[in-house]
Amino acid sequence: MCSPEDAVVMDAAKIDRTLTRMAHEIAEKNRAMEDLVLVGIRTRGVPLAERLARKILEIEKVEIPVGILDITLYRDDATTIGPHALLKATLIHFPIDEKKVILVDDVLFTGRTIRAALDGIMDFGRPRSIQLAVLVDRGHRELPIRADYVGKNLPTSREESVEVSLAEEDGKDAVRLVRPGSSGRGEGKRERG
Amino acid sequence: MTPESGFRIRHKHLLGIEPLEAEEINLFLDTAESFLEISQRPIKKVPTLRGRTIVNFFMEPSTRTRSSFEIAEKRLSADCLNFSPSGSSVSKGETLIDTARNLEAMAPDMIIIRHSAAGAPHLLARICQSSIINAGDGAHEHPTQALLDAFTMRQKKGKLAGLRVAIIGDILHSRVVRSNIFLLRKLGASLVVSGPPTLLPPGLDRLGVEVEMRMENALEGSDVVMMLRVQKERMVHGAFPSLREYFNLYGLTEERVRLAKQDVIIMHPGPINRGVEIAHEVADGPYSVILEQVTNGVAVRMAVLYLLSGGAIGELAA
Repeated sequence: MCSPEDAVVMDAAKIDRTLTRMAHEIAEKNRAMEDLVLVGIRTRGVPLAERLARKILEIEKVEIPVGILDITLYRDDATTIGPHALLKATLIHFPIDEKKVILVDDVLFTGRTIRAALDGIMDFGRPRSIQLAVLVDRGHRELPIRADYVGKNLPTSREESVEVSLAEEDGKDAVRLVRPGSSGRGEGKRERG
Repeated sequence: MTPESGFRIRHKHLLGIEPLEAEEINLFLDTAESFLEISQRPIKKVPTLRGRTIVNFFMEPSTRTRSSFEIAEKRLSADCLNFSPSGSSVSKGETLIDTARNLEAMAPDMIIIRHSAAGAPHLLARICQSSIINAGDGAHEHPTQALLDAFTMRQKKGKLAGLRVAIIGDILHSRVVRSNIFLLRKLGASLVVSGPPTLLPPGLDRLGVEVEMRMENALEGSDVVMMLRVQKERMVHGAFPSLREYFNLYGLTEERVRLAKQDVIIMHPGPINRGVEIAHEVADGPYSVILEQVTNGVAVRMAVLYLLSGGAIGELAA
């Protein structure tokens, strides 16, 4: 049911090159790597954070801890939209006090997911700073939030949606722009914010 | 919308385990898994139910269940109000329906009710707009206790299907047993009960439950042993002659624990009567998970509040 107008904007090779570049940017901007931690936002921020950590290990020979954040309980629409997303645990097994936290997500849209993630992170301690890394920034912010590392700026209309598929979750890597009226492939995520 | 979404509880209220589907029970248990972690954080609070009002309407004494609900509500940032009979209009002769209508007029989102009359939560569900959660009604059901029992068994044993669960004590008056029977049968565990014949109701076999007159037979080969509290007022009513005789015949001693499987877990809904239904050394023994049940109770109740707050979706077909 993939309509022909659905454009693949990033394929596996492009995603890989982009993540390599982002890893270099992270390494360049954060000289003291010992204080750095990556936190992936469920669902697709998690494999992206793990891939970034692997690339940073290759480039800088430093192992960066990776945590998982589920923001379901922090959403501003948590109890007004039904059905509930299946709640999964947040797994941050290291202290984040005085650390430089980099939040990782697939698509930056309204900024509401990131607002929720910031609240979630703060409940685990007081990081020295929080930065944001996203694979795709599609615009249409509803909150004063911006990303520090952007894989691709993708101009979209509000009616379109951006579907990110990652091998770990969906079997293959792709970023696709889905036009209104098309149901998309369904294997990837339609971003909510 | 993520592909994982689309799970939902079909009910607005949680009146009992009997009307639930197995998948709904599993959803409650799976969701509780994620809430366990919140109670281990330095900041044990998430903003999910901010602005929601929950009334804890407890018409029977209860410490454990009420505090467990209260903590669950507070960790989800709901505002809660405790309402108990002493010092309230109930002691001035107000009927349950009038009390409920007055509570309802304050527009709570949920009412947690414990009442000595079976069916009281169902009555509230018919006249109130709020979600009703049964925290124990007479000798009928105590759904959140059964959910936390099942959660604890699953945590310790990996799964519920195929487990042999022995429940010993006052089966007749126990709402905990009734809810546990419905739940464990739906999820494929096998059940055996034992207790004084005066406290064993007829018709248990129709619910798929084995009945053993001798406690030892029930314990044999069990994966889980659940002891029930002896309500001392039952002795006055002649259900059994003395607490000492009760302990001799139905008390869980170390010797009797050895009849069960080697990796047995011992459960008790509390409060325990040491030396009546359970020996000291068993209550404090390595196989006892009684305090873990309490910890799990908070996570399970958070899951129930969270899932039932997802908007009204049809009435319970009970």
